[in-house]
Amino acid sequence: MSSETKQILTTDGIPLEVSLKKAEKKNKIKAFLLVAPLLLFIIITYVFPIGDMLMRSVDDKMVTEMLPKTFKSMEKWDGQDLPPEEVFEAFYFDFQKLIEEEREGKLSTQLNYTKNGFKSIIKKLRRKSKSFEEGNYKEQIMSVHRRWADVEYWRAIKRRAPAYTYQKYLKGIDMYENEKGEIINVPEDRRVHRILWMRTLEIAFFVTVFCFLMAYPIAHLLATLPMKYSNLLMICVLLPFWTSLLVRTASWMILLQQQGIVNDFFVMIGLVSDDNRLEMMFNKTGSYVAMTQILLPFMVLPLYSVMKTISPSLMRAGKSLGGTPFVAFWKVYFPLTIPGIGAGCLLVFILAIGYYITPALVGGASGTLISNQIAFHMKSTLDWSFASAMGLMLLSGVLVIYWLYNKLVGIDNIKLG
Amino acid sequence: MSVNKEFVKFDKVDKSYDGKVLVVKDLQLDIAEGEFITMLGPSGSGKTTCLMMLAGFETPTNGEIYLDGNAISSIPPHKRGIGMVFQNYALFPHMTVYENLAFPLRVRKIPKDEADKKIDKALSMVSLQGFAQRMPGQLSGGQQQRVAVARSLVFDPQLVLMDEPLGALDKNLRESMQYEIKHIHENIGVTVVYVTHDQSEALTMSNRIAVFNDGKVQQLSSPDELYEKPVNSFVAEFIGENNTFAGEVSDISGGKCKVKLASADILANPISVKGKGERTTVSLRPERALINPSDKMDNIHKGKIEEVIYHGDHTRVRINLLGNSEFILKVPNSSSNLDIKLGNEIKIGWNSEDARALDPK
Repeated sequence: MSSETKQILTTDGIPLEVSLKKAEKKNKIKAFLLVAPLLLFIIITYVFPIGDMLMRSVDDKMVTEMLPKTFKSMEKWDGQDLPPEEVFEAFYFDFQKLIEEEREGKLSTQLNYTKNGFKSIIKKLRRKSKSFEEGNYKEQIMSVHRRWADVEYWRAIKRRAPAYTYQKYLKGIDMYENEKGEIINVPEDRRVHRILWMRTLEIAFFVTVFCFLMAYPIAHLLATLPMKYSNLLMICVLLPFWTSLLVRTASWMILLQQQGIVNDFFVMIGLVSDDNRLEMMFNKTGSYVAMTQILLPFMVLPLYSVMKTISPSLMRAGKSLGGTPFVAFWKVYFPLTIPGIGAGCLLVFILAIGYYITPALVGGASGTLISNQIAFHMKSTLDWSFASAMGLMLLSGVLVIYWLYNKLVGIDNIKLG
Repeated sequence: MSVNKEFVKFDKVDKSYDGKVLVVKDLQLDIAEGEFITMLGPSGSGKTTCLMMLAGFETPTNGEIYLDGNAISSIPPHKRGIGMVFQNYALFPHMTVYENLAFPLRVRKIPKDEADKKIDKALSMVSLQGFAQRMPGQLSGGQQQRVAVARSLVFDPQLVLMDEPLGALDKNLRESMQYEIKHIHENIGVTVVYVTHDQSEALTMSNRIAVFNDGKVQQLSSPDELYEKPVNSFVAEFIGENNTFAGEVSDISGGKCKVKLASADILANPISVKGKGERTTVSLRPERALINPSDKMDNIHKGKIEEVIYHGDHTRVRINLLGNSEFILKVPNSSSNLDIKLGNEIKIGWNSEDARALDPK
């Protein structure tokens, strides 16, 4: 073809392609500058904190830095029998340095995470090490307590050598790595996180289902009613957005408590007896009710925006071609709303899976979610790395759901408005 | 085989949406089997409402509609077995052309091989073979329209309703689709009720046209009769072009009447005037008036040319005639008429038979 062989030139002799690129460049810079503030904002407030969180969740440098010489000398130790003298010597000097800096308490806490029993023997070692003589540290340390002569404890120290660890992630799913390096479940009576994960998924799933069941008719009504009624209804749907989340949750507490309005009503109509009032708060029921109400608009709006675009003549066509109203709905209307259903369900599910305030206030012990556990570790135990690990597990869970959704429905099929 | 003259019958049908205004008033309409009938009228005249009542999406406020002798007001739309083509086609966007056509067959539980045959037949009828696996979004407007027509016919309904089906197409496509729909109707002999506000569409396609205005059928007759012999001034005005003179009947005798205008008297054909003194609007088609009439016409008047618009095959001339400055003439483009110039006074003549004295506007 001639257009391939012959280069097109502009009037001043520059190839058209070059000229075009030059002209486009200015626009590109302008466009970039326009989004730059937002890009910067996202990097500072989103990418950076999440990266930091990721680092924190695998960071295990503390012990590594506290016992540098010990770990260096341990490199040659095979871990079968007690470590050689040089390890004990290195440990002694590391330990003396920690005593000077008054950090040996932290070491004992850290090592105690790995194996129980370190606290007391470190305390004892600190006391006794003051009177240590130079040389033969192995004998001297081992004589402090018989656990210092137990190879298990030295193995436990060695396990803390790497600067990075995935222990926190294992802990997040109630597993741990034992002395032999096998990954095993924690004893049944101490598994808390798996229950929480399952409960989080369960509550998020059912909240999504309830939201869908309630939002679908509302959205349909909104899309088909005449303007003056649909506007009013739309305001009713949006009204919760204008009220503080805390206020809404608190009002559910007033409604659902045992002496609350809902129970009063049930007693009044004789559904339950006065001395046998229903417990609807501080359990799953509370979480279900309050979360469904709060997340409902997130389902209504995408559904509405999709339904608004479906011509009413399609349903009529379905009926005039002989489909019963149900067939017309199921074969014609419903498939066309799937993009809205997908968007709404994804939105509600992802919001529900990380919900915090509402379950914390009305969920009680059996209605709290994984996010409450994360908050607990952030605020109470100060185990930030564990909180980060769980946060990241939650995030990757959401990404998995997103990926699954993309596989099943296709993300192009989503419509948020 | 005797043709059922009352295949569809509207019997004293009233329809009101708000309880205050009647959208359809006392509608009496019979449609014969195999007929192509068009409901024509301006928007808001009640024609679409009639169609919706027939399809079952609206219920008559009063009166009854009969289909093949059976009252259908209480039958839901999906049991009426009436095919329908919608204004915006209403093809199911998530189904292929094949699935769209299969929909009415599937709900009727027609076996697949038989259904496939019907679909093939319907698609070849609208010359869209080979398009079965396309999605409606991949088709042009005209093709979508033809799919919609095929879908409304695929389950062999006795009656097909079309609600301004060509409204969204451009002019050329609209014209070719008009003929296509007309040919399909002729070939399969289905009864068609067609709604449009486009009079040329109505005139080219229909056996009979019902002109709607103000919730009433103004005239129900064949296209030529509708054009040549409008029964009232609304129909005369709505169908085709029309020159009017408002005046008062001063004499009526022997199939002619004299109408007194402001400046002169004209002779006219009394259609809806009965006696002297009645107000009337005289209606005259532009092509029935001639310039410089040679033979003896009983109306000859002088007018001044105010505007000349060249239209290629003919020239439109606006003349101020007997106080009507909107009098239009269509002059064929031939050499004998080259003396038409702006500002010239010319003689205009017409036969009183063509000047129809109708009800006053």
